[in-house]
Amino acid sequence: MKERNLFHTVTIAVIVLWLLLFALIPNIIMFIVSFLEYDSQSFVKAVFTLENYKKFFTGAYFNIFLNSFKVAAIATFLCLIIGYPFAYILARSKSKYKGLMALLVVIPYWTSALIRTYAISYMLAANGLINTILIKIGIIDAPLSLLYTEGAVIFGFVYTLLPFMILPLYATIDKFDFRYIEAAQDLGASKLRTFYHIILPLTSPGIIAGTVLVFLPALGLFYIPSLLGGGKHIMVSNIIQEQFTSNVLQNWPLGSAASVLITVIMGIMIWAYYKSSKSFRTKVL
Amino acid sequence: MKQQETLVELKNICKSFDGKSVLNNLDLTIYNGEFLTILGPSGCGKTTTLRLIAGFEQADSGDILLQGKRINNIPANNREVHTVFQNYALFPHMTVFDNIAFGLKMHKVPKNEIKEKVMEVLRIVKLEEFIDRKPHQLSGGQQQRVALARALVNKPLVLLLDEPLSALDASLRLNMQKELKQLQHKLGITFVLVTHDREEALSMSDRVIVMNRGVIEQCGTPKNLYEEPNSIFVANFIGDVNVLNGEVLGFEDNLIKAKVEGRICSIKTKKELNIGDKFTLLLRPEDMRIEKLSEHPDTEGLMIGNIETKVYKGATLDTTIKLNNGTVIKASEFFDEEYEDFDYNMNEQVSVGWVSGWEVVLKDERA
Amino acid sequence: MKHSKWPWLYIFLVYLFLYLPLIILIIFSFNEASSGTVWKGFSLRWYDKLFNSSALISGLVNSLIVGVSAATIVTIIGTLSAVTLFRFNFYGKNFIMSLLYILIMSPEIIMGISLLLLFKFLSMDLGFQTLLITHITLCLPFVMAVLFTRLANFDVHIIEAAKDLGANELQTFFHIILPSILPAVIAAWILSFTISMDDSICAFFTSGPQFEILPQKIYAMVRTGVKPEVNALSTLIFGASMLIIIIAQIMLRERKK
Repeated sequence: MKERNLFHTVTIAVIVLWLLLFALIPNIIMFIVSFLEYDSQSFVKAVFTLENYKKFFTGAYFNIFLNSFKVAAIATFLCLIIGYPFAYILARSKSKYKGLMALLVVIPYWTSALIRTYAISYMLAANGLINTILIKIGIIDAPLSLLYTEGAVIFGFVYTLLPFMILPLYATIDKFDFRYIEAAQDLGASKLRTFYHIILPLTSPGIIAGTVLVFLPALGLFYIPSLLGGGKHIMVSNIIQEQFTSNVLQNWPLGSAASVLITVIMGIMIWAYYKSSKSFRTKVL
Repeated sequence: MKQQETLVELKNICKSFDGKSVLNNLDLTIYNGEFLTILGPSGCGKTTTLRLIAGFEQADSGDILLQGKRINNIPANNREVHTVFQNYALFPHMTVFDNIAFGLKMHKVPKNEIKEKVMEVLRIVKLEEFIDRKPHQLSGGQQQRVALARALVNKPLVLLLDEPLSALDASLRLNMQKELKQLQHKLGITFVLVTHDREEALSMSDRVIVMNRGVIEQCGTPKNLYEEPNSIFVANFIGDVNVLNGEVLGFEDNLIKAKVEGRICSIKTKKELNIGDKFTLLLRPEDMRIEKLSEHPDTEGLMIGNIETKVYKGATLDTTIKLNNGTVIKASEFFDEEYEDFDYNMNEQVSVGWVSGWEVVLKDERA
Repeated sequence: MKHSKWPWLYIFLVYLFLYLPLIILIIFSFNEASSGTVWKGFSLRWYDKLFNSSALISGLVNSLIVGVSAATIVTIIGTLSAVTLFRFNFYGKNFIMSLLYILIMSPEIIMGISLLLLFKFLSMDLGFQTLLITHITLCLPFVMAVLFTRLANFDVHIIEAAKDLGANELQTFFHIILPSILPAVIAAWILSFTISMDDSICAFFTSGPQFEILPQKIYAMVRTGVKPEVNALSTLIFGASMLIIIIAQIMLRERKK
C-alpha cells in the first residue's frame, strides 16, 4: 500500500491542480470580474457594481440577448424537425449499412467548423451556387440576398449542429423496443396516437440530449453570426468576443457578465436535463 | 493424516467494508500440503478471507502469519502466495507463454530458465501446443489451465483458488475437479479453494471450512461435516436434511428415550440433555426409512404422514411425506435386491422412521 | 414504412444537405476563376497560391505544433489520471469528476474568455504557452471520457493478477494496463489532436498575434469574402482528415482481430 503513494499522489496532484488552476479559478475570476467596474486604462477597476448585468436587461443588449435565444431556439427546433425523422428511419432500418450510415453523418464534422461555415457562405453568396442555379433556370433575374441575413445564420447553425441532434436521437431510437408500438397498435391506437403517447415519451431522453447539445453551442459559436450574418445579426457570443478581442471595444466586466449569464443558463439546462433523464429512468425503466 | 505443519495462520481477523462487518474475529489455520476448501453462501466472507491472504485487502485488525512471519504489511506482489481468479484474469494482450512467464519476468529470472520452467508447467497442464495462442483463442477449460499454470510456475507456498470452476459447464467442471485434486497431490502445494458448491468442496478437499456471516461455522473433513454437522446451517449447506423437533422423555442405559414428531424412539448422543429438554434432530434423506402402515395397525408412538410426492431417480426413489402436523420429510431410498419394486401410492398413509444411530442431535437453537 | 422509397429519399436529402457545401468547396478549389461559382476550367493555381501564402502556411505549422504538443501532453496526463481515478477511491474523487463534467459541457467561448482573464491576471503573454494550456484543458475531459469508457469494461482482476505475480505499481502500469488500453490511448490522442486543430473559438482569446493558428488566419481572410486559396486549403484538410479516419479505422479493425 505504501507503494501506491508516490505514483498516485503525483498523478492525482497534477489533475487536481490543473483542474483547479485552469478550470475552476478562471471561472471564479470571470464571475468576480463581472461585478467590477469597467476602466479604460487597466480594463478593470476593483469597485463593486451591478451595472454590467443591468445592461443586459435593458436596451440594445437586452434585444441582442433575446434575439440570440430566439435564433438558437429556432435552430434547435429545426435540427429536431430535420433530425428526428432521419434518426428514426435510420434506426428502424434493417440495413446492414446502418452503422456506416450513422458514421456518414459525422464525417463532415471532422473538418473544422469554421471551414464548414465558410463553405455555407460560399454557397449562399450573391454569386454563389444557389443564386447561380436559380438564375440559370430562370426563377429569378437578379441574385437574392441570401447571405448576411438571419436566415443564413440559422441555416449555418442547423448545418453545423445537426449531427449533435441526430446522434443522441439515433442512439435512443436504436435502443427503443419496437414491440411497444405493436402493443399500442394492437390495443387500437392510431399511428399518430402511438407516436404521441408511446414513441415520443420513450425517446425523450434523446430529444433532450440533442436539444442541449445544439442549443448550448449555438450560443457560443460566434463566427457563424459573424461570417453569415455579416455583422448585422450579432448574437451574445459576438458581444463577448468583441469585449475581449477587439482593439477598441474592450470591456471585460461587460463580457464577463454576458458569459456568466450564459453559464447560468447552461447550468439550468444541464440541471433540467439531468433531472429529466433521472426521473425518466426511475419512471419508465 | 501426516504430521500437520502450520503454514498460514489468521488470528482474530476483523474486516468491514463501509461500516458493514464482513469478517468477525476470524481464526483460521492452514496446514502445509493440504487441500482446504472454504465453503459458504455468497456474502459469507469467504472471498474476503482469500483476498486477505493474497494481500488484495488489508485486515482492520488481527494478524496474518505465513510460515510464522506476520505478513499484514507485505504487499501482494511480495507474497509467496498466488491466486487463480474466478474469471482467470489472463492478460488478454499476451500469449499463453507470456502470461505464464509474467511472474518469472517480474522476479528477474534469467530468460533461458523462464523458458524451461514455462515449458515444464505447460506439460503438467497439457497445453504445450497452445503456447502461442492468445487467451481469447482458448476454451474455458484451457484458460483455466493457463491460469493455473501461471500461478504454479512461481512455486507458491500457497495457491489460492477463487471459485475457479464456476465459469465452466457441468461436465468440464467434474473433470477439472479431478485434475485439480491430482495436480495438488502431485505437486504437494497447499491449495486453498473458495466455493459455494458443496459437491466441489466435498469431492476435492482434505478439509472443509463452512463459513456463514463472517464466522466459521464448522471445520472438518468432508465426511465429518456430512455426518456430524454441528448446526442446522451446516447440515443444510452440506446436503439435504430433515430437521425434526424432539423432546427428552427419559434415559435408558446410555440412550435417551425421546419423542420426535410423535415417534417414540431411542437416541444416542454425547450432548448433555435433561428430561423435558427440547432438541433438534437432523437426518439425511437417505437415513430415512418408510414403512407401510399395514405392518403397524397401531399408530400410537409412530411418525405418521402421507406420501406427497415421489420422484423416480433411477438408483433411488425420492419421496416427500407430509406429517400430520404439517412438517414435510424428505426421504431417499435405494432400490435393493430384496425389495426390487417397492413403491407407494400417492397420499398413501405411511410410518416414517430412520436407521437408528445415524441421527444427529443438536440442542435446540431457538432456546 | 414498408419498403417505401420515400424514407430513403429523405435520408438522401439530409446527406445532400450535409455534404453539398463541402463538395462545392472542393470542386471550386480546382476552378480557374477567382470568384463565384462559374466554372472556368480546371486549375491548380489556388493550391499554388496557398503554398506561397506565408500566412496560411505559418498558421498551419503553428496549428500542427500546438496540436501535436497538446495532444501528447493531454494524453499522458489524462491516461495517468484516468487510470488512477479508475483504480482508487479517495476523498475528492467526486469533486474531480464533477469538474470534468462541467468542463466538457461548458461552451468553448466561456473557457476561452475565462482562461484569457486568468492569463491576464497572471500577466502571461498570450502565445504558444497560453494556447497550449488552453488546448490541454479543452481536451482533458474528452481524453478522460474516452479512457473511462475503455476502463469501464476493464477487468480489475487482471491488475490484481499482475500484482499477485509480483509486479509492482509501475510494472503493472507498463506491462498490463497500458498495453490493454493502448487503442483507447491512441484514440484519445487522435481526438485531442483534431479538437486542437479544429478549435476556432478558444484560440481567438488565448493566443496572441505572435502565435496565430490556422483558424484565426482563415477567419481573418474569409471575413472579407471568398478566398479561393482557402478552398484549396479546406480541400487538403478534408482529405487529411479522411485519411486519418481511414487509417484509424483500419488500425482498430486490425486490433480487433
